[in-house]
Amino acid sequence: MRSVKRTIDRDLVRDVGLVCAAVSLVGVSFGAIAASSGLPAWLPVLLSIVVFAGASQFVFVGIIASGGSILAAVVAGLLVNARHVPFGFAVGDALGTGWIRRIAGTHLMVDESVAFALAQDDAGRRRKAYWACGAGIFVSWNVGVVAGVLGGTLVTDTDAFGLDAAFPAVLLALVLPSLRDRATRRAALAGAAIALATAPFSPAGLPVLLALAGVLAAFADGARSPGVRRSRAARGQRDGSGDAGDADGSGDAGATGNGNDADATDGNDYRDSSEAES
Amino acid sequence: MTSSMGFVLAAVVLGLGTFAFRFAGPLLRSRVELAPRVETLMAVAAVVLLTALVATTALLEGGEFAGFARPAGVVVGGVLAWRRAPFIAVVVAAAATAAGLRLLGIP
Repeated sequence: MRSVKRTIDRDLVRDVGLVCAAVSLVGVSFGAIAASSGLPAWLPVLLSIVVFAGASQFVFVGIIASGGSILAAVVAGLLVNARHVPFGFAVGDALGTGWIRRIAGTHLMVDESVAFALAQDDAGRRRKAYWACGAGIFVSWNVGVVAGVLGGTLVTDTDAFGLDAAFPAVLLALVLPSLRDRATRRAALAGAAIALATAPFSPAGLPVLLALAGVLAAFADGARSPGVRRSRAARGQRDGSGDAGDADGSGDAGATGNGNDADATDGNDYRDSSEAES
Repeated sequence: MTSSMGFVLAAVVLGLGTFAFRFAGPLLRSRVELAPRVETLMAVAAVVLLTALVATTALLEGGEFAGFARPAGVVVGGVLAWRRAPFIAVVVAAAATAAGLRLLGIP
């Protein structure tokens, strides 16, 4: 039992480490872009420490660099970050107890740490995954930004490395296990459709908030309520039997995000979801 | 050009606002025990948000179609995740697909 546990921890560290490596490269590009757009060199560094939310930082710097007002940049950044409110309700228990832990943990709330936490089955692992990912990303993001500010134009085009595809893939791999639950999947697909439909004429951040209306779809037939965690635990037991590809054999290595089913990537092509009924 | 003080103030206001957003949930949960049903609903909401993020960041850039390379990479990653490939394979394959397509001249 102990060795199984250790394997899971090692998997978690490896997966988080990979995300951190990718995050640091994006940090380098953020630092370089911000520094080369005429902003003071310390501004991207300060933003990365006190705001610590990549998408809003890009929006903030982009608006100022293109001549927008500083007030517009703050408001746009806040709109992009408003999604953390529901995130906080979902993973608030993963932070731990005590005020210091709660406050520090609050600052480490980013898309990836939330997704890693949600992909775990039990409370202990949720906490571990949340903190490992949040703290790892905090360090790698800030180191990357400083390197980008100092190193200039070394890495500005992270698209050339395909990192822009890597991040949605990270989140997708982590939410796939939750999407096995039918009601949850219906809500998620409805939300994604709403976000895509509203994105062309909404400011950054708003489409994702509007997607929350998709939660209603989970109750569309009224027959049963969504059961994210319960179904995940049940699946963990099922997976445990005879999956040769599952190296740790524990069956619930949630951290690896190895769920299958319900490929929601294609965004506007949801036909795949019909195959997902296992 | 905005003064240094203006930039500091802006960063601090954005940082405090973001912290307030993040803190609402943990604060409430430290005071009130949530019913299991509500807790499930919160988890569903977070999954809905993350899925919407996946869809919009995979397909769009500034409200417009991001090109084919990125969604193709995400689809490859998604299929691998669906097939229970290791997390590393999912992430590397997504990035490599997008980067490879761009090398071939597909945006």
